[in-house]
Amino acid sequence: MAIDCLVLGAGQEIGKSCVVVTINGKRIMFDCGMHMGCDDHNRYPDFSLVSKSGDFDNAISCIIITHFHMDHVGALPYFTEVCGYNGPIYMSYPTKALSPLMLEDYRRVMVDRRGEDELFTTAHIANCMKKVIAIDLKQTIQVDEDLQIRAYYAGHVLGAVMVYAKVGDAAIVYTGDYNMTTDRHLGAAKIDRLQLDLLISESTYATTIRGSKYPREREFLQAVHKCVAGGGKALIPSFALGRAQELCMLLDDYWERMNIKVPIYFSSGLTIQANMYYKMLISWTSQNVKEKHNTHNPFDFKNVKDFDRSLIHAPGPCVLFATPGMLCAGFSLEVFKHWAPSPLNLVALPGYSVAGTVGHKLMSGKPTTVDLYNGTKVDVRCKIHQVAFSPHTDAKGIMDLTKFLSPKNVVLVHGEKPSMMILKDKITSELDIPCFVPANGETVSVASTTYIKANASDMFLKSCSSPNFKFSNSTQLRVTDQRTADGVLVIEKSKKAKIVHQDEVSEVLHEKNHVVSLAYCCPVKVKGESDNDADLIKQLSEKILKTVSGAQIHESENCLQIGSFKGTLCLKDKCVHRRDISSSSEAVVFFCCNWSAADLELGWEVINVMKQNI
Amino acid sequence: MKLTCLSKGDGFHYPPCHMLNLCGFRILIDCPLDLSAIKIFSPVISCVASEASKYPSDESLDAQNPIQKKHKLERQLTFADLVCEEPWYKTVKPLHLWDASFIDIVLISNPMGLLGLPFLTQNPGFSAKIYMTEATAKIGQLMMEDLVSMHAEFRCFHGPDNSSFPGWIKNLDREQVPALLKKVVFGESGDDLGSWMRLYSLDDIESCMKKVQAVKFAEEVCYNGTLIIKALSSGLDIGACNWLINGPNGSLSYVSDSIFVSHHARNFDFHGLKGTDVLIYSDFSSLQSAEVTENGCISPDPDNNYISTTSDNKDSLLNTEDSLEEMEKLEFICSCAAESADAGGSTLITITRIGIVLQLLELMSNSLESSSLKVPIFVISSVAEELLAYTNTIPEWLCEQQQEKLISGEPSFGHLKFIKDKKIHLFPAIHSPNLIYANRTSWQEPCIIFAPHWSLRLGPSVQLLQRWRGDPKSLLVLEDGISSGLGLLPFRPIAMKILQCSFLSGIRLQKLPTLLSVLQPKIVLVPDAVNQRINFAAMKTISILNYFENKTLRVPRIADNPSVEITTDLASKLSWRKLRQRENFGIARLKGGLLMEDGKHRLVSGLEQEESSGKARPLRHWGSVAPESLLDALLKIGIKGSLEQSIGETGSDDNSIIHIANPSSGLIEVSEMGTAIITDDENVASQVFQAIDGILDGI
Repeated sequence: MAIDCLVLGAGQEIGKSCVVVTINGKRIMFDCGMHMGCDDHNRYPDFSLVSKSGDFDNAISCIIITHFHMDHVGALPYFTEVCGYNGPIYMSYPTKALSPLMLEDYRRVMVDRRGEDELFTTAHIANCMKKVIAIDLKQTIQVDEDLQIRAYYAGHVLGAVMVYAKVGDAAIVYTGDYNMTTDRHLGAAKIDRLQLDLLISESTYATTIRGSKYPREREFLQAVHKCVAGGGKALIPSFALGRAQELCMLLDDYWERMNIKVPIYFSSGLTIQANMYYKMLISWTSQNVKEKHNTHNPFDFKNVKDFDRSLIHAPGPCVLFATPGMLCAGFSLEVFKHWAPSPLNLVALPGYSVAGTVGHKLMSGKPTTVDLYNGTKVDVRCKIHQVAFSPHTDAKGIMDLTKFLSPKNVVLVHGEKPSMMILKDKITSELDIPCFVPANGETVSVASTTYIKANASDMFLKSCSSPNFKFSNSTQLRVTDQRTADGVLVIEKSKKAKIVHQDEVSEVLHEKNHVVSLAYCCPVKVKGESDNDADLIKQLSEKILKTVSGAQIHESENCLQIGSFKGTLCLKDKCVHRRDISSSSEAVVFFCCNWSAADLELGWEVINVMKQNI
Repeated sequence: MKLTCLSKGDGFHYPPCHMLNLCGFRILIDCPLDLSAIKIFSPVISCVASEASKYPSDESLDAQNPIQKKHKLERQLTFADLVCEEPWYKTVKPLHLWDASFIDIVLISNPMGLLGLPFLTQNPGFSAKIYMTEATAKIGQLMMEDLVSMHAEFRCFHGPDNSSFPGWIKNLDREQVPALLKKVVFGESGDDLGSWMRLYSLDDIESCMKKVQAVKFAEEVCYNGTLIIKALSSGLDIGACNWLINGPNGSLSYVSDSIFVSHHARNFDFHGLKGTDVLIYSDFSSLQSAEVTENGCISPDPDNNYISTTSDNKDSLLNTEDSLEEMEKLEFICSCAAESADAGGSTLITITRIGIVLQLLELMSNSLESSSLKVPIFVISSVAEELLAYTNTIPEWLCEQQQEKLISGEPSFGHLKFIKDKKIHLFPAIHSPNLIYANRTSWQEPCIIFAPHWSLRLGPSVQLLQRWRGDPKSLLVLEDGISSGLGLLPFRPIAMKILQCSFLSGIRLQKLPTLLSVLQPKIVLVPDAVNQRINFAAMKTISILNYFENKTLRVPRIADNPSVEITTDLASKLSWRKLRQRENFGIARLKGGLLMEDGKHRLVSGLEQEESSGKARPLRHWGSVAPESLLDALLKIGIKGSLEQSIGETGSDDNSIIHIANPSSGLIEVSEMGTAIITDDENVASQVFQAIDGILDGI
């Protein structure tokens, strides 16, 4: 049995996350993302690697989407509506609720920007989302008879999950994107200690180790505050969901504390509507937010208002969240055109900007003029601030999670190759876990756990749970309980294997026990007059203890017992067990001994001691 | 497995309580409070006497004239008979006979099953793990806090009383006390006294909830590595659940009051309960509702009783008839409320079932909005605000229609909008400043008020009922079974219209056979009362056992021998033996550590692998040794022996003795039972042993 991990996207790169894992014959697609930086066919994962014939329903057992970012869900409508996949799709509740907004937003921006053919239509999105089954955290879902999946909190964005999948005895975890530290509105990733054959982890920050994000949050707040205090306007271009809410929470909170009255605007109805979702999905946020929400829902932003186009030229300071992010097109770009020339103003860019966008140009240098579109140029005199915190885990977080889960194998995806290689070496050397960094289109195969199943008899189980105390008496008395399961595995053709206690074996086989034992009536020379049997036994046992280490000797009136070895003073004149009687010495007593074949060596050892005399 | 039904409960507000012994663990299922017993106490009513005297009636006369009372023992109960003291609360009686420190697990199926838990967790020896769903924990906690805050009114009224024995019980033990009252206090058999407890405090609730492990639906939690416990939606109310327990000795499902199709909560998830070894059926709702037929809500449907084909089974379980009926009831309440508002009367709704309240609020506001009536809706409860806010943040726990709302970005329940529009007003208490000062808000009559508590002894409903009881235009909406007996006694005479509602709170009896044929458990445990009412003859494949209140029922283990998983690591080290006699068998000696993980026995490689001794020599032999063949075998290895047939003392058994002379002297005794090697030569002994081993099968 093996696990095959085929990387369709995000192999040694960031974008279009898509990993297809085959566990014991079941195929699961984790994420189905789109590459935001590609314009050609490369923007989608190469689905033909999954099924040449295009019969995806039989090729894939289910799809699981970890969160609503475009590079994780972007190709889903294409895959279901254009490629024709009709099987089950699982997402967390927030992801199911918010993905359509993200997809629609992106679709609109792309059509606006390039005027190109739609990648997928609004109807595609709606149809696709109808097939989605919403799941809750930790809910154990039986996809079919063999495949079991479970979602764990990942903390990256609202509703982000890590996914555990199990088929038979083999189990894996696909992390999606995750964050190991609590942030402003989301908790840290949380997972049980699981027995895993494979961990597929993101590695965006494979080599970075970040300290607290609070200083960087403060930087951001101070930059915005300085701008509005000076009468400037602050523009924060962002996509509808995720960062907008997080930054807005920061600002709203800061505004409260500092008693700032400058208005905060949301550009379109969309983001306000998104807040509605956030309010309903409060149980997916951090503990801190959840506790506060009884009195005040933190997504009920007090200082936030709707923005109106006429306000672009209104005098006075303000803060504006405008879609889309990266200043790639649309309203945010229009506002930028008007606000960029003033040195009072500020543009704060959260997150990553894809090459080719205005956002990317602003971040990569300090341009004085920027080409907007169709040759329109604008002077950039405003301040540029890059928001430098990100909801991805850092290298320490990846190492911590890997150490915590201790999987048998690790596959890294969603990162940049050079740093992934460094992390790979670290995992291999420090944690001693085989680690793979496959490129797109490559498959990693690892062995999977299987257990052999057998029925156990009650007697066997009872014998396992009976304590087996060992006393060692070197300097201090030490008692250890070394329980070992000691049984016999019996396999009969075309029947389930059985584990029985050794005493039961013959019964199972319908046979009679046959005891093989040894016997010998051993002469012991006695010095002097020791009439007392008990004394004799005592002397003997002391002697035996000296040579036979660790023996537990039971003494009774006229008999000695060590394990199955039993020696009794023999008073008979003619014992059948007596051999080669050389009645040379008069002072001889006989010990009639017998022991089972199991204690063959032990018996002889004792006999040898006895023979030596006293 | 052993099941003891501690209490079969009484309706929605007093769920059943069971003690289960499974795999050696004691599991308590639910820990409710019998809140209906609180009706023996007198509510806190301002100037009762003067109010009551306005209405000339027997009751008021009696109240003023206690001497007359003694002469008329069997006459009607009066207000004065009620206990005018700080109330105590009645818990599940037999639970006190169990040592709380011996309980290993507590499973709470719904918020009502949580209300008595602080009494248990107060016990210093209590150390059990408590499982319930997140929603049950939250709603249950709010209900308990509400109970404590409503109870505080009694404290204020009666003053502090910290005696450990309730004085009022002494007074009730007199002869002249009406039998009805006595029955509530002392129980049918007269030994319920110990079950009365003084109410817990907020601190007790807090420390109780700290011990709780909240779970999601279908989350698997593992207790002690042995039991895997899973909560599955029961559909009764938000967060209410049934339990599935998997252990090494088989699986068990516990079905509490369940509703197949719910309009607010997740539907009854019965698919997850399929094919368990044991099913405990603990839905007593059909018994209680069948007794109350006056409301016309229960119409036993004899045709539907025995459906045997499984194909239409699920459809018949999931038909929406019941849920439509429930909706009709709600709509009827709304129309009644609108009618009385039209006539200038107010409506007091004392229903506290949260699902019903949420649906009523939405229906009521919608119907008011569409009509021309301008009637405010008030919700008065110390936890109203928090509870209503909470219900809009838990789409995961709601039915599919509500989840659709999440997808389209609407709040789960409509009350949010109406609260914003000031159509619904929330107040923590009747004396909230904003409610009283009319200039600040919109207290106006007629109005529609949702106010706890359904028992009519606690909370704002008492004062409001007092205010409106003489008004024939006003409407009182009650939960089922309150109007009879003691319930309305303190408020008589009542001129208000009374609407008593019974809502579906479990599986209808006629659906049970169908449900069982879908679930296919091997053994079903049903309450004797259910068994009497239903013909299980059709269920041939399922064995049915009855259980009785306060009797322990033993259920034999039906699963095969427990399954053990062997790691490949260990399995690869096994050395197999082929048997001479039986070709079909393969046997191997197994040595390792036995673990209990995820409810499964697992054999792993032990710390020290004693391979050498294990492989070297078999320790057990079976079969028989023919002396002749042993002689041959000995000859082959160079040992010469001679056979001597000896007749044993009994003469019957054929002991054979083989004498060995060369290389040293020895004896071999061979019998049916065993073989003994008698020699003083170690080498010879070993050789002989090997020869015997070559003849016998062994391990």
